[in-house]
Amino acid sequence: MEFTIFILALPLLSFLILALAGMKLPHKVAGLIGTASLSTVTILSYVTAALYFGAGRGADGLYPTLTPYNFTWLPFTQNLHIDMGIMLDPISVMMLIVISTVSLMVHIYSFGYMKGEKGFQRYYAFLSLFTFSMLGLVVATNIFQMYVFWELVGVSSYLLIGFYYTQKAAIAASKKAFIVTRFADLFFLVGILFYGFYAGTFSFTPDVRLLASAGIVIPVALALMFVGGAGKSAMFPLHIWLPDAMEGPTPVSALIHAATMVVAGVYLVARMFPIFIEFAPEVLHTVAYIGAFTALYAAVVACAQTDIKRVLAFSTISQIAFMMVALGVCTSADPHAGGLGYMASMFHLFTHAMFKGLLFLGAGSIIHAVHSNERAFMGGLRKYMPVTHITFLIACLAIAGIPPFSGFFSKDEILAACYDYSLMMGVFMSGVAALTAFYMFRLYYLIFWGKSYYEGQLALFNKGQISEKPHAPHEAPLAMTLPLIILAAVSCVAGFIPFGEFVSSNGHAYAIHLNPAVAISSVLLAVAGILVAAFMYRKGGSKVVLTVKVQSKKFIVAAYHRFYMDELWIFITKRIIFRGISRPIAWFDKHVIDGFMDLLATASQAFSYRIRRLQSGNIQSYCIWFLHGVMLLALILIFLV
Amino acid sequence: MNILNLFIVIPLVMLLALWASRNLRQIRSVMVVGSTLLLALSVYLTIDFIAQRGAGADAPFLYTDSWTWYAPLNICYSIGVDGISVAMILLSAIIVFTGTFASWRMQPLTKEFFLWFVLLSLGVFGFFISMDMFAMFMFYETALIPMYLLIGVWGSGRKEYSAMKLTLMLMGGSAFLLLGILGIYFGSGATTMNILEIAGLANIPVNVQYIFFPVTFLGFGVLGALFPFHTWSPDGHASAPTSVSMLHAGVLMKLGGYGCFRIAMYLLPQAAEDLAWIFIVLTTISVVYGALSAISQTDLKYINAYSSVSHCGLVLFALLMMTRTSCTGAILQMLSHGLMTALFFALIGMIYGRTHTRDIRELSGLMKIMPFLSVGYIIAGLANLGLPGFSGFIAEMTIFVGSFEQPDMFHRTVTIIACTSIVITAVYILRVVGKILYGKVKDEHHLALTDATWDERFTVICLIACVAGLGIAPMWVSSLIDGGVANIFTILHP
Repeated sequence: MEFTIFILALPLLSFLILALAGMKLPHKVAGLIGTASLSTVTILSYVTAALYFGAGRGADGLYPTLTPYNFTWLPFTQNLHIDMGIMLDPISVMMLIVISTVSLMVHIYSFGYMKGEKGFQRYYAFLSLFTFSMLGLVVATNIFQMYVFWELVGVSSYLLIGFYYTQKAAIAASKKAFIVTRFADLFFLVGILFYGFYAGTFSFTPDVRLLASAGIVIPVALALMFVGGAGKSAMFPLHIWLPDAMEGPTPVSALIHAATMVVAGVYLVARMFPIFIEFAPEVLHTVAYIGAFTALYAAVVACAQTDIKRVLAFSTISQIAFMMVALGVCTSADPHAGGLGYMASMFHLFTHAMFKGLLFLGAGSIIHAVHSNERAFMGGLRKYMPVTHITFLIACLAIAGIPPFSGFFSKDEILAACYDYSLMMGVFMSGVAALTAFYMFRLYYLIFWGKSYYEGQLALFNKGQISEKPHAPHEAPLAMTLPLIILAAVSCVAGFIPFGEFVSSNGHAYAIHLNPAVAISSVLLAVAGILVAAFMYRKGGSKVVLTVKVQSKKFIVAAYHRFYMDELWIFITKRIIFRGISRPIAWFDKHVIDGFMDLLATASQAFSYRIRRLQSGNIQSYCIWFLHGVMLLALILIFLV
Repeated sequence: MNILNLFIVIPLVMLLALWASRNLRQIRSVMVVGSTLLLALSVYLTIDFIAQRGAGADAPFLYTDSWTWYAPLNICYSIGVDGISVAMILLSAIIVFTGTFASWRMQPLTKEFFLWFVLLSLGVFGFFISMDMFAMFMFYETALIPMYLLIGVWGSGRKEYSAMKLTLMLMGGSAFLLLGILGIYFGSGATTMNILEIAGLANIPVNVQYIFFPVTFLGFGVLGALFPFHTWSPDGHASAPTSVSMLHAGVLMKLGGYGCFRIAMYLLPQAAEDLAWIFIVLTTISVVYGALSAISQTDLKYINAYSSVSHCGLVLFALLMMTRTSCTGAILQMLSHGLMTALFFALIGMIYGRTHTRDIRELSGLMKIMPFLSVGYIIAGLANLGLPGFSGFIAEMTIFVGSFEQPDMFHRTVTIIACTSIVITAVYILRVVGKILYGKVKDEHHLALTDATWDERFTVICLIACVAGLGIAPMWVSSLIDGGVANIFTILHP
């Protein structure tokens, strides 16, 4: 498996080439360099997966963990050192597939989407950097390597969100994304430090006896690490950066803020799962509750958004929360007895990456056609964009959990795991799943059905009420529709992958079997959600919608403003940190501390002015002072000696 | 002949040659040849040092030599280097080299400027190769005095005030320092000024240590921007010309940390152990307070100066945590901070040279006008906020992991407080990047400005290469330094 080094080396190489020479290259060449390296990486990833899973299980019934590379990068002490290497185990191999597939799709798609955009080369350079960092993160051999790439992923996300760097909103969003995740990373770092000190190693497989003797510290360390994961994976209340991150180019949102980077937190928890389940089950269950709340919150907010990318952003938050919940409800490492959630979470991660990537790319195609993110400019697009329409519909069905699309299978496993944990959790998550179906189909109907904005404008133009002829929305070019079709195909079939054969909580094969009660009820709920959405939004501006809007105006407004979480962020940064802490400190430094130093200088100067008068150049006064001195000395001599 | 002497001889020859130079061309030739020689020499020294260590030379100091200078007071010119000083010499040579290019178009009085500049570097090199406390002190003063003239004559803004303040505060520090050195000298029985010999004697009474440790630490700490004696730094940096800021923040501030470790802690180990907590509190304040006050500054140089207070605070903080790893981290942080702050000040100087303002409220959209400098600035910023792949990350991580080895509540708490600086740093760096580089061009006059010239590009690329080189392949520096730290730890914290 030595060739896996190229999976990391190629994106890095293409980043370096594009970053150093990119501006001199023509757009096409730059794009081709990035895409070619990514295609190779994708092929290598599939080969890796084929070889890895093809080699079969070891004598103990597990897929072996391979580390083709591992070297000490930065030594700290005898035991503690940052290693850099490649580790292959079922989940990292699965992640290689997810990342390389979605990334390749985005690379191809961007040819069409970013065409003619200034900074095209820079865009591909950043995409390569991101892909490199994300791949490095998932194959990390130890927690510190993960942290290293975690930070790199964060900075590539920062650079890509701020891609349109002349726009105020993009600048603010990129800054916010970086700072919020960095804040979470602080906890992650402290968690790693605790873990490293008490486990005596940064590796994922520490000495269990050391952990057991550390007592309460290990759960604390794991909880701190989870906070880091919650930052990247946008768990409430650290989710505030993700909706704003939509200011970046849409393909970037598909890759980073839907399919790959945002699931890093889930991956982290999954990576530490054996330690979580053994030493900190309470922390794991807390993760479940945080996830459940986030899932509901994000789903409710998603129902009230009008910007289609924002809807998808909140839906991402909600779906990631599903994965977190699935991990959190695990009560043992055995998938047959309470450990089902682990497999379900990874499965959902896999299917979600595909259909959510598809949704975002579809949204990009729509935005490309109507030149706006706002749903008011859409409506009735199904006639104009048939490919986008069908693929988008498939993704919506997948996320809503309608069989036989992929989301049904993974979400069903998650719900089954929730029902295993407790009835309340199961019912709650089923409710959120129904809400998911509702808001996704609300979005679908608003975009593709209802009154067409274009036709409305055209009618106005024909009547002579507006002077400019509106542009007809058009289907996207092949570079953009091809990835849509591929991802749609994957979303249709991915559910039938025997996922449990490859990934499960204790590594042994697990045959996925549907729980009929859960499956039927969840499908019924999803269909109900879809029907409600269809009833309310298919025609556009139906009476029901208006009544609902009037009845719960306050609630909708609050949900539209995301329950004012962003105002809280502004308050904390602007009011508290900037005006409340930094300004006073700067003032204190300038006037009190430095003032004291200046006072010393002024005082000595004043003193020196005083005694300067003694040096008057006047012989008589010198004589007087001389006389005084002599007399003083004489007195001293007389009385003391 | 001991090659360490060349670090004194070359600057001396440069001084003579500069004095004899007739025109700008000759001055530049002297500077380029001299600083290149110094750089080559320091690279050779590093490689040779590592090779000798590899070959089994395990004396604490290599290349040692000694000549008696003034026998009645046991003052010698003794030289020698260990891993720490080799790293520092390399850093100084890099900064002097790039500083030369950063002041390529220095006006007016070019010759005099470079004379003082070379004298300053002579002091710095002398300080790092010396093993004799008195010689160290002398070189230290040699490095300080030129600073006054360099800022006072070639500076900008309130330059006289800043130069005076900086010099007076640092001189105040030296007064403490001299007191400390004398205390150590007489405390150890007044037979030698040689650091290694005093450490070997290990006979300074504890009550004497208690008096002179704070005095010495404070003396060096002023130069290392220890709270509350850091206020010379913002004003000084703001007024200093580019290359002087580079040299000052890049190297001179490191003299403080180096001295604290080599003299205060190494020679007064018992007091260092017992009184460290006082200074740990002060340095923790430095770290967080410096970073917080950087957030609301509006002058680019002030932001960087406060950032330096925070980062240099971390150096002293790590030294005082007194574990081998944290002290290695401290030296790494000195290297890293030296390189990236030099880069930062170089870039700020270049931007200021074009826009004639450093006020972030007046700058906007520079990315469009000067892409090279802007990208350089972003890289410097990312290095500063500790992004993996740059030197800041390895230094900070070594420090934090090392500090965590002190398992008691007090050390843990202050370490976690110090860790918060990585978030605050991100805030002020990204604020500046967003304000001055991104966005639309605010001032139309700026549209006519040009991007970096060749000498500026060269400076920036050299420094970025160093910062990234250290960040990507840290193991060799880390092991180089660790050897030097290990020796000090045979005495400090057995």
